[in-house]
Amino acid sequence: MSMLIKGAKPYGEDAVDLLVEDGRIAAIGDELTVPGADVVQAAGLVALPGLVDLHTHLREPGREDAETVETGSRAAALGGYTAVHAMANTDPVADTAGVVEQVWRLGQQAGLVDVVPVGAVTVGLRGERLAELGAMADSAARVRVFSDDGHCVADPALMRRALEYVKALDGVVAQHAEEPRLTVGAQMNEGDRSARLGLTGWPAAAEEAVIARDVLLAGHVGARLHVCHVSTAGSVEILRWAKSRGVQVTAEVTPHHLLLTDECAESYDPVFKVNPPLRTEADVQALRAGLADGTIDAVATDHAPHAVEDKESEWASARPGMLGLEQALAVVVQTMVEPGLLDWRGVAERMSVAPAAIGRLESHGRPLAVGEPANLLLLDPAHRAPVDPAALASRSRNSPYAGRELPGRVVATFLRGTATVLDGKATR
Amino acid sequence: MKRHLLEAGDLDRDDATLVLDTAAQIESALAGREVKKLPTLRGRTVVNLFFEDSTRTRISFELAAKRLSADVINFSAKGSSVSKGESLKDTALTLEAMGSDAIVVRHGASGAPHRLAQWVQGSVVNAGDGTHEHPTQALLDAYTIRQRLGRLDGVRVVVVGDVLHSRVARSNVWLLATLGAEVTLVAPPTLLPVGVGSWPVQVSYDLDAVLPKADVVMMLRVQAERMNASFFPSAREYSRRYGLDGRRMGALPDDAIVMHPGPMNRGMEIAAEVADSARSTIVDQVGNGVSVRMAVLYLLLGGAPDSE
Amino acid sequence: MTGSSALPAEPTIAPLLSADDVGRVVDRIAHQLIEKAGPDLGGLVLVGIPTRGAPLARRLATRIETFSGIRVDVGTVDITLYRDDLRLRGVRALEDTRLPEAGIDGRLVVLVDDVLFSGRSVRAALDALRDLGRPRAVQLAVLVDRGHRELPIRADYVGKNVPTSRSQSVKVRLAEVDGRDEVTVEDQA
Repeated sequence: MSMLIKGAKPYGEDAVDLLVEDGRIAAIGDELTVPGADVVQAAGLVALPGLVDLHTHLREPGREDAETVETGSRAAALGGYTAVHAMANTDPVADTAGVVEQVWRLGQQAGLVDVVPVGAVTVGLRGERLAELGAMADSAARVRVFSDDGHCVADPALMRRALEYVKALDGVVAQHAEEPRLTVGAQMNEGDRSARLGLTGWPAAAEEAVIARDVLLAGHVGARLHVCHVSTAGSVEILRWAKSRGVQVTAEVTPHHLLLTDECAESYDPVFKVNPPLRTEADVQALRAGLADGTIDAVATDHAPHAVEDKESEWASARPGMLGLEQALAVVVQTMVEPGLLDWRGVAERMSVAPAAIGRLESHGRPLAVGEPANLLLLDPAHRAPVDPAALASRSRNSPYAGRELPGRVVATFLRGTATVLDGKATR
Repeated sequence: MKRHLLEAGDLDRDDATLVLDTAAQIESALAGREVKKLPTLRGRTVVNLFFEDSTRTRISFELAAKRLSADVINFSAKGSSVSKGESLKDTALTLEAMGSDAIVVRHGASGAPHRLAQWVQGSVVNAGDGTHEHPTQALLDAYTIRQRLGRLDGVRVVVVGDVLHSRVARSNVWLLATLGAEVTLVAPPTLLPVGVGSWPVQVSYDLDAVLPKADVVMMLRVQAERMNASFFPSAREYSRRYGLDGRRMGALPDDAIVMHPGPMNRGMEIAAEVADSARSTIVDQVGNGVSVRMAVLYLLLGGAPDSE
Repeated sequence: MTGSSALPAEPTIAPLLSADDVGRVVDRIAHQLIEKAGPDLGGLVLVGIPTRGAPLARRLATRIETFSGIRVDVGTVDITLYRDDLRLRGVRALEDTRLPEAGIDGRLVVLVDDVLFSGRSVRAALDALRDLGRPRAVQLAVLVDRGHRELPIRADYVGKNVPTSRSQSVKVRLAEVDGRDEVTVEDQA
């Protein structure tokens, strides 16, 4: 079974043909002809390595009304992803080998992306004692990323132990940096707007203080640290400093923090409520600059589906979080590619290569080259359309981009040579 | 006038002045009458949807609506199964299906009236939302100031106390700025929001320094429980530094007035001798509340449904 | 008050009543009131319906005092909050309601308005009076009666009866409000 992709532009460069056989890229060249091969016309389309998300909430088990592994996988494939890390804050929490293997198997069954479970750092995300990190690492799910996301590992001694312990597993602790005592009841970024809107503020310092502490700890014990959803200019500064000192720290930024600001809260529509909150325009600019210069290593979606009743409410009682998988690449095109901050190789680096390396995924984030696994996507960069939440594959509708025109459309996605998306539609 | 009154910012200077003028006309029209009732809103239904206890505000709105001959439904959601957001929407749609023309809403969550306004056809009046705003309180405060001092433009208003958690303070800041008054906020820095620098006000931490130049002192309620979260060390220290007692009242100019939105903590932010003094407008504020709310209901509901 | 040259241009329609005519009509109504009230004149209350009924009532009181030497009480009653057509017209700013110190209980009240048309304003004024007290009797004086009544209401004193069609509008201008006295009939655009 072979497939010929005609006229695609790898990394937006010269158009070539790509031959895919047995799940790998078998040949790259001009005007390839292979009798009997399926042909995919890709003239004008940009080819990129399949995207890898470090931060997805698939909600299964526990909240299958909001998302399932299958619906989330479909949303991911439509967004150009070939692998997603499924966060541990499910019900039950993914803090044992049993739960992570269950999620991993569900991902295999769906077969649209590689679903890579994230293991909880502490039992029940309660921040009291370590979960069985080794058992999860040794399980069929091969967990390498550990996170209590949604909660901060706030206890500094516990965080130190976690950082040390995962060294033996080639793992990384992905920290949700939020000092909980500074964010009691917090609803939005603390600043001019929170003061006027009467919504309790979430100060930038609550994120920055934890990141500062954690990079010092990681440096001290010589462990890998990953910082989830960096949202402030101050955090970027701290990361830049830490990297200059040789600390093994990596960081991610979400699409929504690259595009949206706390001005969105003016409507009191909780579709814009997210944790960490949308920040100021100055923060957005600093995050874009940090992503451009590599201080921030990766874009991660923090895709957080929520049922209608958890969002169609007053702001304070709504759950935080927004959808991201299906629009992530479009937002990066708008905020980074179109302004000239990243070229297509840069996009591949930040959305595929770096996240795969952080998650220790060997078959993802590979270059578009002969012999490599055929995990790739085809993007029509000229396409522009407003986002229609009703048309999303996710089971939930809490897209902050509703009605917003975004550039780029994923025309096709291939997972190990098999199309998961063709003509912009999921194949299964 | 807009269709809803959600925050003081919904009123420009002309609108705000129209509300105050209308309230004055209504007050004089009803003064000394045996029948304190007008037929204006006959056949209209006003729902008081209260998710928090506030007997004073509810009664004030109820009286205002009834004096305009509207039918009034009091819906107290507190203590019932209604507590979360989904129910807020369901409740609103149910009330509207029953034919309500206006919903007067009090809610513990900032922005809840904005959400309601996105879901219903009728008018929404914010009767206090979380720590956001309480626009009719600000209107009645402005009305009271104008009644006592004869003007608002250039009046120096000092607002003292827990600005951080006060919807009354927020509404007053924006409305008084719209009407040309000069506002100074006085509080311990812990009880001022980060971002207060962007407000059209002066900020001071020293009550004694600002009192001699004040035309109006508005004391905000301060909950003693705030000291448990270290907003201030003790009720005694708060009272000593920011309370209005007889000595401080003596530092005010002769014509200055003292206001309080109620309910008061006598002995905490305001001494009994001050609350009961001739400078105090606290009783006037209550009475003026009815006239101002009648004006708001008339202006929102009196017109044609589509004349925005 | 500005001179006439400062007034905005008006359609060149011959006025139905000139400024002099308005003065004569007011004088005639004043005489009729004196005559009909007889010994009750001192207890009479003239209550104007804003906007232009209010200055008309004051003028009538002035002329009555000139002709009879008797000072009559004057008041105003704003009817906005009593209208039954608020939904059709939209909200409007309220005007003064002011009654004499002695009130209206047991007294002869004469409502004063500029134009009598459907009768709905008068009905609203009667409703308002009912809430304000209990007059012995209520009469109605108008500068112009243009017909087309929708309610069983008639005026006791009429300055001028003017047959009109419904598509026309009768404009009363008074110096106190409009800078000059004049009554015109205009075709609506």
